[in-house]
Amino acid sequence: MNYMKSLIKITGLLVVIISLASCKKDTAPNYQFMPNMYLPVGYETYGEAAFKDGIEAQLTVDGSIARGHSLFEYENSTEGYQLAKETLKNPLDSTQINMVKTKVLYDIYCGICHGTKGDGQGNLVTREKILGVPRYDDAGRAINEGSIYHTIYYGKNAMGSYASQLNEKERWEVVSYVLKLKADLEK
Amino acid sequence: MRQVIHCKLSKNLLGIFLILLLAFSTTLSAQEGDPAKGKTLFNANCAACHQLDKKMTGPALRNVETRLSNDQGLDKAWLYAWIRNSPGLIKSGDAYANKIYNEYNGTAMTAFPQLSDEDLNNILAYTAEVKEEPVATQTTATADTGSDSAISNELILGALGILFLLLASGLYVVNKTLRRFAEAKNIELAETSKRRPLWKAFVQNQFLVLVTAIFLLLSSAYFVYGYLMQIGIDQGYQPVQPIHFSHKIHAGDNAIDCNYCHASARVSKTSGIPSLNVCMNCHKSIYEYKGETSVEYSKEFYDAEIKKLYAAAGWDDAAQQYTGDSKPVKWIRIHNLPDFVYFNHSQHVSVAGIECQTCHGPVQEMEIASQFSSLTMGWCINCHRTTNVKVEDNAYYTKIHEELSKKYGVDKLTAAQMGGLECGKCHY
Repeated sequence: MNYMKSLIKITGLLVVIISLASCKKDTAPNYQFMPNMYLPVGYETYGEAAFKDGIEAQLTVDGSIARGHSLFEYENSTEGYQLAKETLKNPLDSTQINMVKTKVLYDIYCGICHGTKGDGQGNLVTREKILGVPRYDDAGRAINEGSIYHTIYYGKNAMGSYASQLNEKERWEVVSYVLKLKADLEK
Repeated sequence: MRQVIHCKLSKNLLGIFLILLLAFSTTLSAQEGDPAKGKTLFNANCAACHQLDKKMTGPALRNVETRLSNDQGLDKAWLYAWIRNSPGLIKSGDAYANKIYNEYNGTAMTAFPQLSDEDLNNILAYTAEVKEEPVATQTTATADTGSDSAISNELILGALGILFLLLASGLYVVNKTLRRFAEAKNIELAETSKRRPLWKAFVQNQFLVLVTAIFLLLSSAYFVYGYLMQIGIDQGYQPVQPIHFSHKIHAGDNAIDCNYCHASARVSKTSGIPSLNVCMNCHKSIYEYKGETSVEYSKEFYDAEIKKLYAAAGWDDAAQQYTGDSKPVKWIRIHNLPDFVYFNHSQHVSVAGIECQTCHGPVQEMEIASQFSSLTMGWCINCHRTTNVKVEDNAYYTKIHEELSKKYGVDKLTAAQMGGLECGKCHY
């Protein structure tokens, strides 16, 4: 009987230990020592702030231009696209463009769909996730620097805007890289 | 002789008939078009804006030819003209062309002058194919093997547990009944001997008590120290996000570069939680999950998560346009450095060229993202001590590297020798 009692005691102890150990959850953050030292005083990126909707990341006021950005006067419409195709020119000359670095940018942001050669056979296309990505030498589209920039800036059809991922200089660099790929395809 | 001629004649007739039949059948097939070739052409040229059964940038195209001729009285020639030069057709004042142009908010369809009659027939043959109904039985039969074994493991463990409980209760009952029998038959049970109990012997031995006390103190100090040292460290932190995002599917299976979504890691202090427009770059087209599934992560589960994204971004998938009614997603940040530490992503990603996985672990294999490294100061310092500064193609480092490598007498400088251990570099 004594043996029985001690067995019950040992099981009880094991249950307590296991239930205590399983209290550590990975879904909740750990305790912090003096959280005042850890938490930022100013607004952090993507934090909460005392604006009306509580978000720190606010849109710029209509009509204002953020530092490092410039005014893009072409509209997000078919007419704007045509106008850009006819009049918009690349402000960078070939000496200002590092094609090796631009290839890296192109492969990250465009190559996943358009293919590293610009033939519309990127990884997402060959895996049949996104279909119908055109080749850059497509005759019906006949893209040029103005139309490429307009498309990167606003997106077109199923393609979205890449203005949030590439800044102005990078966009123009990618434009000249796309034109290089187009020339290679047309050879 | 006559017989022979007759035979020849009939043979000739048969031959001519065969040739005619063949010729007729080839013209037939040319008119009908080849759906298989049409599918390739459709995927290459049309699928950017059209799907067979779902409105995208342009209308759904299943049975477009018969629908047009039945509803609008337009023939194939109109379709040819539209596909090859839709802006021209619109300008010519064609009523239906203008109607469809305005219905889709003036989105002009790209002209395809390079497609031949045969190509167009092939594409139309593909659009005229009967819709395949999904086979319901197949999905239930193909369960994932990995989750299967997990389930069977749990089952075995549960069965063992129940067996153990049964055995224990059985023993208890047997013991009790035996005692009752013994009492009923007046048999005296053998009492345990009246020896000195063990604990009394232990308490009387002072040396043993001392040693045990020291041992207990030391071990508890060890555990208390261990607990105190892990305060504020969130290694393994794996919160449940408001929308389930699988890095395994995006960065692993589809091999999307980390920088595609975390675009600001190249150029700024923070790596950036992607805004929803970046999600919608792809998910405008990808509205359902077609990859491999398991019991826990089924196709229905993933599709529901994509619906959550649409709701948050304010995207109306049926109408293919934004409603303007968007809700911010409250993502839970996993990697948090204390406010008194400065860390800059662009310095590590762009300048040093360190792989994201060095600090963040095999993210491309994580179904749910978690913190891989401890992010303690010791962890930072260790890496600075062992990693060489990447000086190639970086004129900024040329002079300082020359001077410092002479001073330390080494060929390659570590980040620590470059000043990576100075307090003020990270704490100011």
